[in-house]
Amino acid sequence: MKYEAVIGLEVHVQIKTKSKMFARVGTGFGQPENTLTDPVVLALPGVLPVMNKEALDKIIKAGLLLGCDIAPVCKWDRKNYFYPDLPKNYQISQYDQPLCLGGGVEIELPGASRNLMGEHKRIPLTRIHLEEDVGKLNHFARESLIDYNRAGTPLMEIVSDPALASAEEAFAYLTSLKQTMIYGGISDCDMEKGQMRCDANVSIRPVGSPKLGTKVELKNLNSISFVRDGITHEIARQIAVVEAGGTIIQETRDYDGQTGASQSLRTKEEAHDYRYFPDPDLMPVKVDEAWKARLRAECPELPFDKQRRFFEEYQVPYTITSVLVPDRELSDYFEVAARLVPGKAQAVGNWITNDLLRELGAAKQTLAQSKVRPEHIAALVKLIDEGTVLNHAAKEVFVDMAASGDMPEAIIARKGLKAETNLSELEQWCREAIAANAKALADFKAGKDSAINGFKGPVMKASKGKANPRVVDETLRRLLAAM
Amino acid sequence: MSSPLHHETLAALSAKLENRTLTSVELMQTFIERTRAVDGRVGAFNSFDADDALEQARASDARRAAGQARGPLDGIPIGLKDVIAVEGQPLTASSKILANFVSPYDGTVARKLKEAGAICWGRLNLDEFAMGSSTENSGTHVTRNPWDLERVPGGSSGGSAAALAAGAAAAALGSDTGGSIRQPAALCNLVGLKPTYGLVSRYGLIAYASSLDQIGPFGRTVEDAAMVLQAIAGHDPLDSTSFRTEIPDYRAELGRRKGPWKIGIPKEYFGEGLDPEVSAAVQAAVGHYRGLGCEIAEVSLPHTKYAVGSYYIIATAECSSNLARFDGIRYGHRSAKASDIVDLYFQSRAEGFGPEVKRRIILGTYVLSSGYYDAYYLRAQKVRTLIRGDFLKAYEKVDAILTPTSPTPAFKIGEKAADPLAMYLSDIYTIGVNLAGLPGMSVPCGFTKAGLPIGLQLIGKPFEEAELLAIAQAYETAHPWYQRFPKLD
Repeated sequence: MKYEAVIGLEVHVQIKTKSKMFARVGTGFGQPENTLTDPVVLALPGVLPVMNKEALDKIIKAGLLLGCDIAPVCKWDRKNYFYPDLPKNYQISQYDQPLCLGGGVEIELPGASRNLMGEHKRIPLTRIHLEEDVGKLNHFARESLIDYNRAGTPLMEIVSDPALASAEEAFAYLTSLKQTMIYGGISDCDMEKGQMRCDANVSIRPVGSPKLGTKVELKNLNSISFVRDGITHEIARQIAVVEAGGTIIQETRDYDGQTGASQSLRTKEEAHDYRYFPDPDLMPVKVDEAWKARLRAECPELPFDKQRRFFEEYQVPYTITSVLVPDRELSDYFEVAARLVPGKAQAVGNWITNDLLRELGAAKQTLAQSKVRPEHIAALVKLIDEGTVLNHAAKEVFVDMAASGDMPEAIIARKGLKAETNLSELEQWCREAIAANAKALADFKAGKDSAINGFKGPVMKASKGKANPRVVDETLRRLLAAM
Repeated sequence: MSSPLHHETLAALSAKLENRTLTSVELMQTFIERTRAVDGRVGAFNSFDADDALEQARASDARRAAGQARGPLDGIPIGLKDVIAVEGQPLTASSKILANFVSPYDGTVARKLKEAGAICWGRLNLDEFAMGSSTENSGTHVTRNPWDLERVPGGSSGGSAAALAAGAAAAALGSDTGGSIRQPAALCNLVGLKPTYGLVSRYGLIAYASSLDQIGPFGRTVEDAAMVLQAIAGHDPLDSTSFRTEIPDYRAELGRRKGPWKIGIPKEYFGEGLDPEVSAAVQAAVGHYRGLGCEIAEVSLPHTKYAVGSYYIIATAECSSNLARFDGIRYGHRSAKASDIVDLYFQSRAEGFGPEVKRRIILGTYVLSSGYYDAYYLRAQKVRTLIRGDFLKAYEKVDAILTPTSPTPAFKIGEKAADPLAMYLSDIYTIGVNLAGLPGMSVPCGFTKAGLPIGLQLIGKPFEEAELLAIAQAYETAHPWYQRFPKLD
């Protein structure tokens, strides 16, 4: 029998805010243990939570970016359970009224090759709600120590419908979600820092069966690749169990990305009763139209929308947009440069995706740190187009720009890289080249267009490489036509 | 009148400090000596720090000498129920689970008292985590009523009431979740005010039931209570449930508001279980208001009979969650017997909490459980809305509602200890006010033949404390029961 997988993802994304969800102390990663704490974070007797409005702004923005319906009221519930990483032994969360409902994530599946766009799909979302993160337990031989630095960090839980069909789709979903969150300034989604974490619900069923199989929850998938690997492993495991005549039990499994193996953490019977109830310490907050409108105005264009627009507006091919678009800053940079030299967007894109990225990599710089600004790129493209500088010389100009930050005109002048544009001298070299190659002249006259190349080498040589090939070509054709 | 210093009103002491016939150090010394003399018998205090209090008193005197006194409370010792956080002072909730806990921070009311120059004086006993009506549920010791040491002072703020009644402080703060300020005030011949929910910040108050808890003052007189309320009321950005509202000058308003008022008498509050002597004293107070030209109207609060049941569902549900943080992990009692993490929770909490606290946590856990939530918690919240509706409807006709505070005067220690349900009924007249979020106060209205204090309860409109205090004072002026003192000497 053939099986198909049904996968739903629960993704936790830390919201990038200055302070914690319900306390005034700052957020951060990699600080000395228990320094990002205060009486509220540590749940000392008598303290109270106060909501962080920035976090609420950002989850609403995330919801708007993903096309969710935003609830008219933000309501808080307590999720009660005991664990040492949870200082109050309840988590402030949203139970029956999540802030965002519905919506979806557009994904792109791998294309036939790296240079070809793959299929696009929209994965529907169930809900997004806001809660607070927990602390971190560090286990030692005889004891466990708790670091509450992470506790209370604003955390979004983004729940997809069980609508993903493969590990590749899960990979694409997380990639797209991450890009969207970064675009919106909502989170940096650095999985190594725990800013984005993913649990996957995986089940299988015979192909075409309308009934969902028993789901298994995979936990601790701490990179996008591990999510893909873990799901691949789990689908294979479930098929093997079923084909051996066994049944899948509802359980939570831990997938180890290092070893590629999984083990059961708990079964459904051990599931908690969280005793949710509305948090009496927090008043519901009304989210009105004006608030949403203000945030909607701040929402950036989504990556895939940008990619489509770049193609339509600038005729930039997939090979370039697929490099530009995942990075909002780089896309904006491109667009500034492209607008300075209308009609030359592809050349601009090539310079950015090849030369600029190479220089950034070599210098270990971020885009913001680079001395090459969009104005530099636009000026260079313009100079090449006008024939002022030739392509191979322009490469040298670019490297200089990256180091000096000088405008290309200045570099060309400083280095004597200006292309030859003395037309009478050029015309003389062309006449000499034609006179020196009777065979090519005859071939050309006979209709063999490529014979013209036979004259170009000597002209370039005579100009010591400074002649503009386009001007050379034009001059030769003009002279040949008159013969 | 030449009553001893420790029996004088806060207003009188404040005047003496201001006209320099008394220093704060002398006053503080008086209360320290008084506490040492009587608290062995009364047991109002869990702890006090005489050196720290005297240092605060010296600082107050220095401010005054420099012409920088901070107002009428500067240099006045005010006792705090041991659920209110004061930086550097123990914060135990009278529970073994917090026996060694010292607060590293000031709650908002403590900060405000300090800003007003008052001295945060002593840690006052209570029913553990404010769960009880007699202070017998304290994890440390039983507090006795200064009017009769064989009887309870009421609760849960029994230590606050007993300390003030015994002359060991000039005023005190308590917290009131179902009557825990008003009932001990009634049983100890004091004025006790539970403000409107949201008037006083709860930041720094160990939560029992978050949607019901309010901090409020105990004073000898209405004016004293008004003076303390002035210092602690107002919006606090650290408490999301605190309300943005204009705070009037309560003391000044006392002189301005003269009535006559329309006063409602709810028939549901004068039924079975009400002690005849209490009933007679309260009826006499009603007569007084009528005599002042007030219109007395019968009102109905038909959902009153559901108040106690709803209260014990809502309060226990919230407490089961609020008290989860006392787990022996970050602070507080940790069992030495525990073998693993789950055992650590079980043992620490089993050893740290007393029986009444456990009873309420278990009940609250049950009513929030999956499958029971709708039948209990959700339904209780609906009843709560109806109860509030009853009051608001009554306020279309009347300015305030008058009832007994407690169905009985102070009862004997141990009398109800074995019967939780009988104990729960001590709060039958006070609980509705918390469920409705209204301001309520208890005012002394006489004594039984056996010499036990009786209190009347006045319930006001939301955030109309100024009016409520004025109505109370209209009675008190003619009936200064506060001039009587227990015979402890």
